[in-house]
Amino acid sequence: MATAAAELENHDDHGPAKGFSRWLFTTNHKDIGTLYLVFSLVMFFIGGTMALVIRTELMQPGLQFVHPEFFNQMTTMHALIMVFGAVMPAFVGLANWMIPMMIGAPDMALPRMNNWSFWILPVAFGILLSTLFMPGGAPASGWTMYPPLVLQTGNAFPFLIFSVHLMGISSIMGAINIIVTILNMRAPDMWLLKMPMFVWTWLITAYLLIAVMPVLAGAVTMLLTDQFFGTSFFLAAGGGDPVMFQHIFWFFGHPEVYIMILPAFGVVSEIIPTFSRKPLFGHDSMVYAASCIAFLSFIVWAHHMFTVGMPLSGQLFFMFATMIIAVPTGVKIFNWVATMWRGSMTFETPMLFSLAFVFLFTIGGFSGLMLAVAPADIQYHDSYFVVAHFHYVLVPGSIFAIFAAAYYWLPKWTGFMYNEAAGKLHFWTSTFFVNLTFFPMHFLGLAGMPRRIPDYSVQFADFNWLASVGALGFGISQLIFVYILLTSKQGATATDRVWEAPRGLEWTVPSPAPYHTFASPPKARIAEEAFD
Amino acid sequence: MIRKIILGLLGVAWASAASADWELNMPQGVTELSAETYDLHMMVFWWCVAIGVVVFGVMIISLIKHRKSRGAQPANFSHSTSAEVIWTIIPCLILLIMAVPAAETMVKLEDSRDPDVSIVVTGYQWKWHYKYQDQDVDFYSTLSRDSLNARRKGSGIDPYSVENYLLDVDRPLVVPRGAKVRLLLTSNDVLHAWWVPDLAIKKDAIPGIVNETWFRAEQTGTYRGQCAELCGKDHGYMPVVVEVVEPDAFLAWVETQKDNATRVAANQ
Repeated sequence: MATAAAELENHDDHGPAKGFSRWLFTTNHKDIGTLYLVFSLVMFFIGGTMALVIRTELMQPGLQFVHPEFFNQMTTMHALIMVFGAVMPAFVGLANWMIPMMIGAPDMALPRMNNWSFWILPVAFGILLSTLFMPGGAPASGWTMYPPLVLQTGNAFPFLIFSVHLMGISSIMGAINIIVTILNMRAPDMWLLKMPMFVWTWLITAYLLIAVMPVLAGAVTMLLTDQFFGTSFFLAAGGGDPVMFQHIFWFFGHPEVYIMILPAFGVVSEIIPTFSRKPLFGHDSMVYAASCIAFLSFIVWAHHMFTVGMPLSGQLFFMFATMIIAVPTGVKIFNWVATMWRGSMTFETPMLFSLAFVFLFTIGGFSGLMLAVAPADIQYHDSYFVVAHFHYVLVPGSIFAIFAAAYYWLPKWTGFMYNEAAGKLHFWTSTFFVNLTFFPMHFLGLAGMPRRIPDYSVQFADFNWLASVGALGFGISQLIFVYILLTSKQGATATDRVWEAPRGLEWTVPSPAPYHTFASPPKARIAEEAFD
Repeated sequence: MIRKIILGLLGVAWASAASADWELNMPQGVTELSAETYDLHMMVFWWCVAIGVVVFGVMIISLIKHRKSRGAQPANFSHSTSAEVIWTIIPCLILLIMAVPAAETMVKLEDSRDPDVSIVVTGYQWKWHYKYQDQDVDFYSTLSRDSLNARRKGSGIDPYSVENYLLDVDRPLVVPRGAKVRLLLTSNDVLHAWWVPDLAIKKDAIPGIVNETWFRAEQTGTYRGQCAELCGKDHGYMPVVVEVVEPDAFLAWVETQKDNATRVAANQ
């Protein structure tokens, strides 16, 4: 017994394995976090390339480069890859890296499932991308997969459904892991309301994932049986209802929107206090606001469907419920501004991205409020105004927050400071071009340009040209980020605390963070007081 | 928001200098409800501008004054219940101000009772079919020949040389001015959506379901729109064109259509 105990205490063989097997078999939260983040970056560039195909075709009126059917494949694949392949895995990667370190846990609660939930993703996206080479091409019915159109997909159809199933399984397993980790593995004196905002927003996000990913799985399974097994869930000819799919899809789809933004709120809530040298304003009300947003996200789905012909009472309910979301979202924005107020701010790259997040996400929020007003939405619906709105909340929203997080924690991950000048260049070019790309789309939508069209009337030509120039510039700007990552080991050695005044347990471990951290739980309060 | 204003001003300057192509805003349209929709849109927009000025204003002041390089010392406050109550209640009040007129317009939009003209609109991949109820007039409306030739990849035809490129059809929908026109929308295959911005109408055409909407155009003229719901490869090529004519002209038009129909029937 004594020898067995001694062996258990011997951690020498716990270092990373060598070569590819390290990554394939790893159960280490830091390795898996890295895998998620690298995967997400690869998907970001694949999805981005598709966006550039779209913008290149739309640069001028007339068809120059692709056929309409391929154009539709690009819009569909771009969305699926960016939503499920880039944004969501990036946040799961950040969760894997940071949540155990922020709550003082040695690893995720379910490390083998963690390995699975990552390695399902390359398979899912391998399947999805392979559809580009199938007879009939990739799915071209939009990422919303509305029947009956989606049932006209060629050989790709079952592969689309199967890959969505796999993405869902991966997300659910990741969410279970995060919930179990947060609820069971916190340092002894870190009670719930003491948790950092990033941990809080992820806890709420994980519950949203568990609630809605099975709904999506159900919806696409019904599509599958409609196509192959003679059911008529959504086929009018067999007594089914095509609109029911939209209700089910958006019951998943709207919480999904918050799945992609709540962790971003968390990231920004970590970064702004650090560089304002001041505690986060209204931590508890931020928690309540995020919970409120999560609850409301379940009862607003039909605001995506104001033109399908709902009863008046239904439209009014969904309009009012949607407008109410502006209140907790406003609380979050006001709290960030109050955090900055009378702080002592510096503007390193993570802070710049976070500030741009607050500015530009708010603009996306304003267009969201406009979209909530049902009679006006009838004009905006399925126009470029909607495209402008959701790209404002997703690109300078979610993706800027991911960049901010990457710059903020990169020195902790690698042990080296990144190239600050290149980081600032990345920020300014991205911010300039993201606005050049998406701002003109508001005008296009209001002037009457529908979304998802490969060619347009000449009156829309000028703003489309601007947007295309912006998109190319934004795409090229992202290469700066790759350069920064590739040269990250040339920087100065990072200190343990990295920044001047960060709070939280992750800054009490060395930089780079050792392969295993917090083998024994830290005293959260002691750690925090050390910094105050 | 400041960016929005600057861009807006830039756009206006540009538009007046070069061409009228830099359209920035929603059309006010030619129906009572399109004007109401426009007013709602502008009301919410100006509220957003106002909120933006306050929020971004405070933020910008903070960014200028409270920076370490100017020697700002950080305060240490981390909550204020009164501030949080205020910035929860004020947005609620603003929302209430917006919600009331929005709901009123919504109620009017849904009231399609007692129409003067009733038209069944059926979406097809990729054209529209119009059938005037009680009038024995029905026809398909497809993309005009000129646009059809120019739209093909490598057609060699400059889109600028085609009048109303992609927004012109062989046979437009003709309706009388001042009449309440009810549309009954459905589809023969996949989802489509019938959208004319100047009429402030967008409604999905769904197989197995008949949707209702209505408009009353106050001015004669030709109003153009497009299919707004992705419906396959030629989704971008099924425009909607509505010609609003004087009531007399409408009656005359209906007669010619009936004559045509009789002649076609006789030839068969």
